[in-house]
Amino acid sequence: MSSTQEAAALATAETAPRPRRRGRERAGRGGAGSWIIGVYSLLALAIMMIPIVYTIVFSFNDARRTNIVWRSFTFDNWLSVCDDPRVCEAFGNSIVVGVVATIAATVLGTMIAIAIVRYTFRMRTLITVLLFLPMATPEVVLGSGLGSQFVNMGVERGLWTIIVAHIMFCISFVVVTVRARVASLDPALEEAGRDLYASPAQVFWRVTLPLLMPGILAAALLCFALSFDDFIITNFVSGNAETFPKFVYVAASRGIPPQSNVIASAVFVFAIVLVIVAQVSAGFRRRRIARAG
Amino acid sequence: MAFGAFASSGPDLSGAAPRRRSYIAIILLAPGILYLVATFVAPLVSLVLTSFKEPGGDFEIGEYVYAFRWENYLEVFERFGEIFLRTFGYSVIATVIALVVSYPLAYFIGVILRPFPLWQSLVLILVIAPFFISFLLRTLAWKAIFADEGPVVSFLQTVGVLGPEDYLNGTAFTVVFGLTYNFIPFMTLPIYASLERLDLRYVEAAGDLYAGPGARFWRVILPLSLPGVVSGTLLTFIPASGDYINASKDFLGSTNTVMAGNVINDLFFQSFYPVSAAVAIVLMIAILIPVIAYVAKSGSEELL
Repeated sequence: MSSTQEAAALATAETAPRPRRRGRERAGRGGAGSWIIGVYSLLALAIMMIPIVYTIVFSFNDARRTNIVWRSFTFDNWLSVCDDPRVCEAFGNSIVVGVVATIAATVLGTMIAIAIVRYTFRMRTLITVLLFLPMATPEVVLGSGLGSQFVNMGVERGLWTIIVAHIMFCISFVVVTVRARVASLDPALEEAGRDLYASPAQVFWRVTLPLLMPGILAAALLCFALSFDDFIITNFVSGNAETFPKFVYVAASRGIPPQSNVIASAVFVFAIVLVIVAQVSAGFRRRRIARAG
Repeated sequence: MAFGAFASSGPDLSGAAPRRRSYIAIILLAPGILYLVATFVAPLVSLVLTSFKEPGGDFEIGEYVYAFRWENYLEVFERFGEIFLRTFGYSVIATVIALVVSYPLAYFIGVILRPFPLWQSLVLILVIAPFFISFLLRTLAWKAIFADEGPVVSFLQTVGVLGPEDYLNGTAFTVVFGLTYNFIPFMTLPIYASLERLDLRYVEAAGDLYAGPGARFWRVILPLSLPGVVSGTLLTFIPASGDYINASKDFLGSTNTVMAGNVINDLFFQSFYPVSAAVAIVLMIAILIPVIAYVAKSGSEELL
């Protein structure tokens, strides 16, 4: 995560219903101020795009040993992604870790989110603090803590210890994301299910869970994104196992093969397409609802 | 949404069912909470215990036994006091720059682009786009751009800002730049989330009451978006102060830019576990104190 906290905030934004605005507002009233802010913002965004463009462009570089100087354009790196088998192995490990950690953290986090919104229980404050703290603790502390615990216990570190760590830092983010959805759920819908003689299990599986799904999916996406890009915590708990970010870190001191740019670029394009499709379909849905209601 | 929830008031619960007391709550909570106790609380305890360990009898590197060697902490302050100050300085500067860049950007997306939902979505995607490309590769891209023969240094040398022998990589400038760049979306998104909900009729009302642009901003817009500023500041400052990628010598830093995270990482992998743990504990306390003070002062009712 290092980087990534809340990557899917955009997706998350769709899970909580927007506040209904009363009356008409006059927004963005032109003016010189708006123009200055607009130009400033576009400039800032342009600078933020530089490393992305750089990474994608250099995936097409005909690099020999080090991918620092631009030589010439080639598709070879894209066609020979797995020539350095370590890149692909690390990528595969990242996918495995991400999928397993996401499933486990999403299940655990969703259960907690439902409990927090729907039920009263003892030690509520303590549990809230326990859920907040992992997000407020620097990753290097989380990582070295878990790492030193594994060392103290004499545990062999590897892929499974990475998964253990990733589930841990995902849970809080899942709780925060799903909680908003549970809170906005109209209890009348579940009451209607009960009135129609649905058992509690049927109400849960056929009414509650489908209604929570957008929130759960957003949380799962967020968790996968955090897990996939995490390096700081992974580094302390991985032993000899390599995820994609760890491969890049290890390779950084002697030159990154262009194949890692290929993988990063492909993941980027995939993720962006996914987000755009989600946005556009959400936009259509909103418009349809607005028209109907 | 996730950001609003981080440090601002929670979602509107007025329409929700009243909370019930039931054994189901325990079934729902137990697995996740026990997991966090085992993988978050226990490691913190382990970190504290490790930080007091002393070298084992046979003096083999990496062999330590449980003890109460508080001198480990003395060593932390003597050897790394300056590094802690640097860590704090870098993180504060990066957070302030991120705020200065993010606020207008968030205002642009949340308020100016509000009448154009399609553009709003597209620009928002640009803000989170860096998340989708590897954190380490992004940082390495800046390293190449700031390289001695790279475009930025050449340009600055031609203009005369930098002398022919000057460089950028490995200086405080590149480290703070990297920290700012890497964590800026954490600042922009929560501020955007606050501004997107800002009811513009308040701003109009202020205008009707003869408030100038300055008063409208300082006394209406900023206070109403403060929850976003608070969560953005935390979400930027916390990861920045624990980061060791940007400051590492293989990335944007050098031996002159070492931060607390680098010390924790380096000592850990040289098997100096006790001192590494002591640095981590000091870092955590040093971060939690200002964070708690800040959250308390900005008056967030509900953390989660």
